[in-house]
Amino acid sequence: MPSIYVDHAATTPMSPAAISAISQQMQQLGNPSSLHSHGRAARKALEDARELIAEQVHCLPSEVIFTASGTEANNIALKGLFWNGKKSGKQVVVISEIEHHAILDPAHWLNTHEGAEVITIPVSNSGVIDLQVLRDTVSARGSEIAVISIMHSNNETGVLQPIKEVVEIAGDIPVHTDAVQSFKKVPVSYKELGVTALTLSAHKIGGPLGIGALILRRAFEIPALLHGGGQEREIRSGTLNAPSIVAFAQAAHEKYPSEAVSQLRDSFIAGVKNAVPDAYINGEISARLPGIVNVTFPGTQSDTLLLLLDSAHVSASTGSACSAGVHEASHVLLAMGHNEVSAQSSLRFSFGSTSTQADVDYVLSVLPDVISRGRAANNL
Amino acid sequence: MKLIAAMSGGVDSAVAAARAVEAGHEVIGVHLALAANPQKYRSGARGCCTIEDSHDARRAADVIGIPFYIWDMAEEFHDGVVEDFLAEYSAGRTPNPCLRCNEKIKFAAVLDRARAMGFDGVVTGHYARTQISDSGKTLHRAVDHSKDQSYVLSVLTVEQIAGAIFPLGDTTKVDIRAEAERRGLAVAQKPDSHDICFVPSGDNAGWLRDRLGSEVGPIVDQDGNKIGEHKGAYTYTIGQRKGLGLTVPTADGSPRFVLKIEPVSNTVVVGAREDLAISTMRGERPVWCGPAVTAEPQRGFVQVRAHGSALPCTYFFDGTLLVAELDEPLLGLATGQAMVIYDGDRVVGSATICETQ
Repeated sequence: MPSIYVDHAATTPMSPAAISAISQQMQQLGNPSSLHSHGRAARKALEDARELIAEQVHCLPSEVIFTASGTEANNIALKGLFWNGKKSGKQVVVISEIEHHAILDPAHWLNTHEGAEVITIPVSNSGVIDLQVLRDTVSARGSEIAVISIMHSNNETGVLQPIKEVVEIAGDIPVHTDAVQSFKKVPVSYKELGVTALTLSAHKIGGPLGIGALILRRAFEIPALLHGGGQEREIRSGTLNAPSIVAFAQAAHEKYPSEAVSQLRDSFIAGVKNAVPDAYINGEISARLPGIVNVTFPGTQSDTLLLLLDSAHVSASTGSACSAGVHEASHVLLAMGHNEVSAQSSLRFSFGSTSTQADVDYVLSVLPDVISRGRAANNL
Repeated sequence: MKLIAAMSGGVDSAVAAARAVEAGHEVIGVHLALAANPQKYRSGARGCCTIEDSHDARRAADVIGIPFYIWDMAEEFHDGVVEDFLAEYSAGRTPNPCLRCNEKIKFAAVLDRARAMGFDGVVTGHYARTQISDSGKTLHRAVDHSKDQSYVLSVLTVEQIAGAIFPLGDTTKVDIRAEAERRGLAVAQKPDSHDICFVPSGDNAGWLRDRLGSEVGPIVDQDGNKIGEHKGAYTYTIGQRKGLGLTVPTADGSPRFVLKIEPVSNTVVVGAREDLAISTMRGERPVWCGPAVTAEPQRGFVQVRAHGSALPCTYFFDGTLLVAELDEPLLGLATGQAMVIYDGDRVVGSATICETQ
């Protein structure tokens, strides 16, 4: 029975080398913060890993703060940079309309609990943030802005955002970018981007679940969310997860087959347009990640399509959040000019390093029937 | 067959889904999200649409080993069931929302969607049976008469019954719990849900008052003399004796009962016990669960409450209304309730009571 996985943006298989790295490190006894030989051995493995990751993202090893997830890194960055700014009277948080919930929700929390004013930058129909609005916001309110957080690429559409331009516009204002989807898929250089903070996650690149990192400029102090042993620059406490970190570094060090993945994506897009002529690709004219395709199938409902695809042994996604298991219209697609109905007729297919042309062909072979049944169910 | 199993998060629908899988069907579990703003947790035995319930349903599907999805039917449920419930009460009738839910949601919206998606039918944990006979697939009472739910399924058409699978009809509730235990389903001892799922507090009168207001009106005797006041006519039921708060006693001191609720004049009419007696009922919007009822009088039974008795009667269809003439008079019957005709254990059909005499 086939079992086709086209949801690599949700999580992607751990690489064999990363699995081997985590298993080996799990057999090593020692808390990296201990001073004895066991501790020192674990610390060495961990610091080697930190250097490897720093090398991949072009930052200093001391700028890598390990966290338990990308969500945690985003929370530390957004809240920490806000609190920093608040000390000098800056109360404004600037984000984009298409941020992941791991930025949207902390921003909302800062608004309701900490008195932050949240300004949201809109995007064009092709899914790119409106730099002119950002420019105007910065020139009008610059002295009040504590932090600007714009994602490096969008998790639902794969559309890349102009972070370098954001940093230029921001001037002295600290900029954070969530690069969870971009890391390893397209060049992500902390140094070149010039951001203050940047978020990474291991499980999107073939590393394990439950480990992420915040890259935060050297000697840039922000308040902690988790207090305790002070392991990571006093910004993040908690026993360091050496096995996961070592596997994260292993995965970060492997080459991502961008070229091959984007070829699969393009072949899939061509096939979809052929099979379902009125389907369209969201953000198609924009520069995008190699692996993500977001398609609107007019006259369908995405949750029906997901069930039918699942029955046909295809695992895809809407890419958007669920509320009590009920799919909500994607805030990203709504921001790109969709209405509730068309936003709820959209699916995300995402390919990764283990995807093959056979996967693409199989999905395309079941798609026409899935779409026609989906349309029948929607037309009741 | 390819089937959708409607899974509420309770023990019955979980075992029903498991049995359907065991019978060799390809089954997908679906939990219906019926509340627009679901509560996080169950409170007591009431309600069935909390987030906790959907977790229970998902967990049961995982243990059974079937895919699981949540379908958002909140809008359909609100329009078809909740609004209908309010409209019926406002009109002085006593509706049964479970019956309406089966009619408009589980075996209409869900079954239609399932069929359009290429599925053959819907599995539920209702206690009822179906049989294939010369006249097609027919609906019957469950073996466990104390749990029998054929009453609330009597709104299903032949076409809907054809797509309905009730795997629990041959088993008692006690045995279903034991079976759930054996199958490792964590919901084995979960309490039964009672009452009306969208009134989680269980306080129907209070819930209605919040939505329909509590306009004070007269309580009158059959001669029209005002003998008391009420706070919202819809909070009374036909045959109700307690809580009337009447200040003028009857001449002989005998108790009074609610005979009639008149929504237009917001009046509650009370009278003696014998005035409650009815011998004939007529129902509108009949549905036949098998061969259509004709003008030819037939002997059978009529049931007017979900767990009421089956009353011997003669029934026929007068071309517009389903008519049942009772052998023995019945005390207290509200319009809006369903009259369900049985031929032995077989459900013949049902209608919504619109006239009694």
